[in-house]
Amino acid sequence: MKNCVQCSSVHSSQQKLSVRERLLIPRQKMPEQPPEVRTHNFDEVNLGFSEQLAILEARRCLLCKNPKCVEGCPVMVNVPRFISYIAEGNFEAAAESLFADNALPAITGRVCPQETQCEKTCVRANKGEPVAIGHLERFVADWVLQKRTRGLNISAEKSGKKVAVVGSGPAGLTAAGELLRLGHSVTVFEALHEPGGVLVYGIPEFRLPKSIVRAEVERLKQAGVKIECNVVIGRTYTLDELRNSFDAVFIGNGAGLPVFLDIPGENLKGVYSANEYLTRVNLMGAYAFPKFDTPVLTGKSVAVIGGGNVAMDAARTAKRLGAESSTIVYRRTKKEMPARLEEIHHAEEEGIKFEFLAAPIEIIGNNEKWVKALKCQKMKLGEPDASGRCRPIPIEGSEYELPCEIVIVAVGTKANPLLTSTCPGLKLDKRGNIIVDQNGMTSIPGVFAGGDIVRGAATVILAMGDGKRAAMAIDQYLRD
Amino acid sequence: MNRIFNKSQLSPNVFKFEVEAERIAQVRKPGQFVIVRARQGAERIPLTIADANISKGTITLVVQAVGKSTRDLASLQKGDFINDIAGPLGKPTDLIDHGTALCIGGGVGTAVVYPIIKGLSNNNVKIISVIGGRSKEWVIFEKELKEFGEVFVCTDDGSYGTKGFVTNLAEEILKRSRVDIVYAVGPVPMMRAVANLTRPLQVKTIVSLNPIMVDGTGMCGGCRVVVNGVTKFACVDGPEFDGHQVDFDLLMDRLSTYKAQERIAVTLHSEPCKLSEVKV
Repeated sequence: MKNCVQCSSVHSSQQKLSVRERLLIPRQKMPEQPPEVRTHNFDEVNLGFSEQLAILEARRCLLCKNPKCVEGCPVMVNVPRFISYIAEGNFEAAAESLFADNALPAITGRVCPQETQCEKTCVRANKGEPVAIGHLERFVADWVLQKRTRGLNISAEKSGKKVAVVGSGPAGLTAAGELLRLGHSVTVFEALHEPGGVLVYGIPEFRLPKSIVRAEVERLKQAGVKIECNVVIGRTYTLDELRNSFDAVFIGNGAGLPVFLDIPGENLKGVYSANEYLTRVNLMGAYAFPKFDTPVLTGKSVAVIGGGNVAMDAARTAKRLGAESSTIVYRRTKKEMPARLEEIHHAEEEGIKFEFLAAPIEIIGNNEKWVKALKCQKMKLGEPDASGRCRPIPIEGSEYELPCEIVIVAVGTKANPLLTSTCPGLKLDKRGNIIVDQNGMTSIPGVFAGGDIVRGAATVILAMGDGKRAAMAIDQYLRD
Repeated sequence: MNRIFNKSQLSPNVFKFEVEAERIAQVRKPGQFVIVRARQGAERIPLTIADANISKGTITLVVQAVGKSTRDLASLQKGDFINDIAGPLGKPTDLIDHGTALCIGGGVGTAVVYPIIKGLSNNNVKIISVIGGRSKEWVIFEKELKEFGEVFVCTDDGSYGTKGFVTNLAEEILKRSRVDIVYAVGPVPMMRAVANLTRPLQVKTIVSLNPIMVDGTGMCGGCRVVVNGVTKFACVDGPEFDGHQVDFDLLMDRLSTYKAQERIAVTLHSEPCKLSEVKV
């Protein structure tokens, strides 16, 4: 037996498979609820790999000497190492390996855009399909959650330092976990009544079950992270007060301010921001109204404006709430849509309609001021703009009406000024996002920030990467 | 979890709660509100902080039981717990620091005017109050307000005070006294009527808006109101705005968004109404 080139450990069964044999295994398909069934429930679409499927998929990994997948991962998970343990059927070791790199794998295994990260750079993607790294990550994380065997590896040595984390979304939870692991005492402040941030208010149950988020939060709490809900930093406590009572602060309060289009009719009844629509359904449980008290409007025909993951989530939620027609209205084409491929694919399977090259110009109401239609203008694609995507150009005289009863605006979010406006010392950019240095430190020494409040609306994994990096930098700062 | 320290009934469906919320009691300012979630599965509802007692660590909330959620909340008793209270939220009242203020409260809105009056009183502002209700039993906070200045009371049916609306009394006061600012809180039609009364007189008028909210931190945008032609979020930009600029029709209309759902919720609310059992 030889030592593994990736992790120096011995993988007996692994060495027996040749590269040729590995190449012959096709990518294993994620078992999922059939579209005609899942559009009538809020249960998770993807059902997860069985142990057999996971081992088979893991054996596709070529265990590259110079693994490109690791470079593609914002938190630098040692992908071949944990996958090689799965291939051996040693799930405990796979978990040990994975959790050392990523505090929340059950979440990232579900919501990461792997196709633009680790799986994009997977060497097998050059010829055929990449290893299903995300599905394998989820498999290991779920295996751990089921076994409930694992806590966090916490440094025995306590630093005696206290860190405050503002926001319990992906950035905050990751930072909290890392900081605790490094021996610091951590208190997380959450404005809402439940921890998880966008993971509980934004991402729907059918993509990320709340039980998964709760389990991950519980794991952090049991390890010693204190979480205080219903505390709005900027209101309940100021940032200055946190600085006085803690040795360092990490701000990960997200980009929680919905952007509207500023078109006529946006205040009609039946117009929602995606934030409000998803918060009502996910966090407040409006899908189960009147069992839960918070209602949400339903309609036969729903139009969702935008082309990102949030737009897909809203359109698919509307379908599950009984909409006969749920339409994505996007001003560019499918190619330019920022949503994950898997989400677009799932949406198509579920019968979501797509209205491409259409820009909303007005929301039309009936006599009672309820939404009646969305007036759109046809677009054509021009030269690429600053974002590298082709700029949509309106076609004169192409206006038309899309009848609908609900309009959901999912064109992004911007920085919520609630916290930043109460702390003038904090340097912001033009859009109101917090400016940080390469270590994630803000203009105030000892105050770090990451996630959407720094980046503008981005992804869960980028926020987690920020949280992880900031935790390392905070550790350094506290030890200096 | 926030324990209910005390509860009393102010009018047939209005209840006053003194609730433990130490930190909020310390930092809240007049005009600010909290988001309350009575129990698991309950709605998040905004309630203005009517008063606070820093030494006891309590805040006072006044609840009018109208829909399912407010009825649930109103049915809680002394010693019970409110699951979640977050705050203080919203911008504090823009309090003048000298002169005379006319403070107008309609129905449960009087409880919202009360902290404003206390704040003005700290600034040595002269206060004239006008409060009203449908009938005698709907007039609240009269005694509390009297500590801070003259109080004029009216009822729709004349069962107490002057017969008529708060605007009738306000009009007379505005005619005979110099008033630097008006603060008016009550049902939307009342606030609109006050704004219409003071606009031609060019007396600055502040109103407190009560749109439907979810998070209360600017995240959902459900509380959109239009002020001076511009869309604002009442939870972070308000809840108090220049009454002369507010689109009250829009506010009224958006408040009716969930009427159908409210009917379902109230009908399905199978438990017998606990309000009838409440002892004052």
